[in-house]
Amino acid sequence: MSRQGNGHKGNGHQGAVKLTRKDFASDQEVRWCPGCGDYSILAQVQKVLPDLGIPREKFVFVSGIGCSSRFPYYMNTYGFHTIHGRAPAVATGIKATNPDLSVWVITGDGDGLSIGGNHLLHTLRRNVDVNIILFNNRIYGLTKGQYSPTSEFGKRTKSTPFGSIDWPLNPLSVALGAGATFVARSVDRDTKHLASVLERAARHKGSSFVEVLQNCNIFNDGAFEPFAGRTVRDDRLLYLEHGQPLVFGKERNKGIRLNGCRLEVVQLGEEITESDLVIHDERADEPNLAFMLAHLDYPEYPVPVGVFRAVEKPTYEELLEEQIQTAIRRQGEGDLEKLLHSGYTWTVE
Amino acid sequence: METTTVVEERPQPRIQELETVTIRFSGDSGDGMQLTGTQFTNTTALAGNDLATLPDFPAEIRAPAGSLPGVSSFQVCFSSHDIRTPGDQPDVLVAMNPAALKVNLPDLVEGGLIIINTDGFNEVNLKKAKYDSNPLEDGTLARYRVYKIPITSLTLKALKDVNIPHKQAERCKNFFALGLMYWLYDRPIDATLKWIERRFADQPELIQANQTALRAGYAYGEATEMFTTHYRVRRAAIEPGVYRNVTGNEATALGFVAAAQLAGRPLFYASYPITPASDILHALAQYKNFGVKTFQAEDEIAAICAAIGAAFAGDLGLTGTSGPGLALKSEAINLAVMAELPVVVVDVQRAGPSTGMPTKTEQADLLQALFGRNSDSPVAVVAPATPADCFIMAIEAFRIATKYMVPVIYLSDGYLGNGSEPWRIPSLDELPRIELKFRTDPEGFYPYLRDERTLARPWAVPGTPGLEHRIGGLEKEHITGNVSYDPDNHMLMTQLRAEKVARIAEDIPDVEVFGDPEGELLVVGWGSTYGAITSAVEHLRARGASVSSVHLRYLNPFPRNLGAILSRFEKVLVPELNYGQLALVLRARYLVETISFPKVKGKPFKIAEIVHKIQEVLEQ
Repeated sequence: MSRQGNGHKGNGHQGAVKLTRKDFASDQEVRWCPGCGDYSILAQVQKVLPDLGIPREKFVFVSGIGCSSRFPYYMNTYGFHTIHGRAPAVATGIKATNPDLSVWVITGDGDGLSIGGNHLLHTLRRNVDVNIILFNNRIYGLTKGQYSPTSEFGKRTKSTPFGSIDWPLNPLSVALGAGATFVARSVDRDTKHLASVLERAARHKGSSFVEVLQNCNIFNDGAFEPFAGRTVRDDRLLYLEHGQPLVFGKERNKGIRLNGCRLEVVQLGEEITESDLVIHDERADEPNLAFMLAHLDYPEYPVPVGVFRAVEKPTYEELLEEQIQTAIRRQGEGDLEKLLHSGYTWTVE
Repeated sequence: METTTVVEERPQPRIQELETVTIRFSGDSGDGMQLTGTQFTNTTALAGNDLATLPDFPAEIRAPAGSLPGVSSFQVCFSSHDIRTPGDQPDVLVAMNPAALKVNLPDLVEGGLIIINTDGFNEVNLKKAKYDSNPLEDGTLARYRVYKIPITSLTLKALKDVNIPHKQAERCKNFFALGLMYWLYDRPIDATLKWIERRFADQPELIQANQTALRAGYAYGEATEMFTTHYRVRRAAIEPGVYRNVTGNEATALGFVAAAQLAGRPLFYASYPITPASDILHALAQYKNFGVKTFQAEDEIAAICAAIGAAFAGDLGLTGTSGPGLALKSEAINLAVMAELPVVVVDVQRAGPSTGMPTKTEQADLLQALFGRNSDSPVAVVAPATPADCFIMAIEAFRIATKYMVPVIYLSDGYLGNGSEPWRIPSLDELPRIELKFRTDPEGFYPYLRDERTLARPWAVPGTPGLEHRIGGLEKEHITGNVSYDPDNHMLMTQLRAEKVARIAEDIPDVEVFGDPEGELLVVGWGSTYGAITSAVEHLRARGASVSSVHLRYLNPFPRNLGAILSRFEKVLVPELNYGQLALVLRARYLVETISFPKVKGKPFKIAEIVHKIQEVLEQ
């Protein structure tokens, strides 16, 4: 039997040696379909990790079930391929046990928003310091092409031959609604942007939620092509930058303005200038702007990508540890003998 | 005592010695019966009796006052000898209102003593209890010794000089009743007086009121001519030591804290509120200074998944639930089977499928624990036998889980969880050791390279340099732990997972036979039926019957000597609070004919029921 892999790849203990992306590639053959958007996401994660200054043994990748959830096998870090939808709960246990670890959850639109929707919500609201990367391809790939909770209304798939009659969930809106402290979106093929968003997510303290628009070239090919395709994306994506006006377009000549309670697309020119546009504020306490941006969709609007929200809040594991330390300060370190003898006792001679 | 008239030249009441007494305090859920019972229990423990208790409270949080579903009761059995159950039938019933009388009367022993709060028997309450006529007057109670006492008005009279509102004064009536019971059973009132002082430390008027009511009740027994006899139950011969009363749920929580201390790793308890297991969460949430992390998860599945995550990362991962929750956790238990992680799952069993009868007891999750998951899924299963035994079995669950890298299901039940008994507090050096072996050496490390003796795979926690590896629910290749669809490998891994659990049998005590090692009839029980079965067998053996018993605390694997013991008896009787689950497993496993004796009424066995069944079997 071959005894390759799973714990025996690369240079073992690193110490202060600077890691490279190769240090994070496991010896397992990557088995996504050729042309799948997952390859690009894997490459960007492997590119970002060495820059974080965290030793390799402190990374844990946790996933559920689905194509994206194969991800941990391809990372030469600690990894746990769990069960459908439950990765955020497993990750919570890991992080609460050892807050020193950099814990990543890899999930998909079916895993994270359908069967595991509940865990996603609650992990986000607790602000557990984990990085949740949701690969959204708007389809069930591993089970060979049924519609997903992010598939558009009317979508024809194997399970909806007459068109889906479910309205889709908006992943960012779900995350914002759950009170997530970091919410972002990027696109699989937009590698530079993806890498920068992933790095921001990794550096954020608290739950980070990143939706990656990911092409499934087998069952839902070109789902994002109309706005994220190489030739059109400059005109149809809105790159969010904190503190900057919402400008988009190849010529940087279009923008987003607030009209009453709605956002509207305007043409920049003599009448309307950048000073009339909404200034992006990812740090706003109230998530109103982030919500509005999350609901902009092609073709009426450009599709925003980047960081929608990044606010600070104590993390779950910090608060947990603080309660323990407070209890120890007040009651003293637990004494088992004393505990067993607590309450009403009596002695039999 | 200023509130009572002392009757002069009254003949001294006679003191009658009793061996064992069972009292049931009952009233409306607002009447403080749980508190009254607990106080009586503590005082009785101090008096040196052996005892056992069983509370029974409504499922509704605030059932309508005076209604039948609103009845709350607390049973305590105490004795001058060793006892193992809270008593089959109460000898004494304290009934604060008609509903309490109606609900509890059928359980009372023939000719038993009833103490009635007549003030509670007004028309409204009689109607709420669905009595067409007043049972105090229509002959319903002719077969019992009934003491009709206006407890509420006597309490109010006693408290006329205490400056508290009428409503609050009324609520002191349970202390009056308690005082009366203290006199009747010859117990000192000091411990309760002191408890009242502590409990109401910042409300001096309530201290005065409750203490006055307690004293007045005691004096009432002493001073009226109503009672011609009072009773004494002598001290029991009890093993010397320091004791406390524990419920099974308390002992379970303490056992897991102890396990974490013995192992030197924090306990991580993840749970979703569910009756009757929530008390374990409440208890553990208070032990933060022991480094205990409690996590109230969003659902049952998240709870076990978080516990699995904690186990992966090196804490003692624990989750607790009841039957419906165990069903929800099934898939995740299998993840722990596959990933071979030491997670412990507590199931405080309750009655019925689906929601069933949440506040009632049953032990019907045995087959679910053993087999209720997809595919071949061996886990270790243990079951405490008494409330106090919950402590040791909790430690045992983690000893097994961590040594064999295997999930362990711990089957308690509502009767054990809420029932209590005195527990001799063990000294720390009596406790078993839990030695954790975390892998740190990268040399020759493979995630599924097993220990030759235990077949455990190494516990290599994230953060350990050089041991980076991936685990998960997909079948793993032997040794390397890589994903494998190889047919022979799957067969081998299935065998290894089964063999690993089977080998635990080498590491658990042989089961002891109570009685002769061979004979006509062997009674086999498991879990909370220990008290009733052992008492029944003891009773019949004293009368010459050829009957012995064994009680199983390890359900998977079974103790090594069980098969041999079964073969030395002509008949095997299996009383269980389910429809014949252990009987089925024993028959399948050992090819012995088993006589199933099921009881599924949401209530524990009475000793008498088992006695009758044994007699019936022996006569056949």
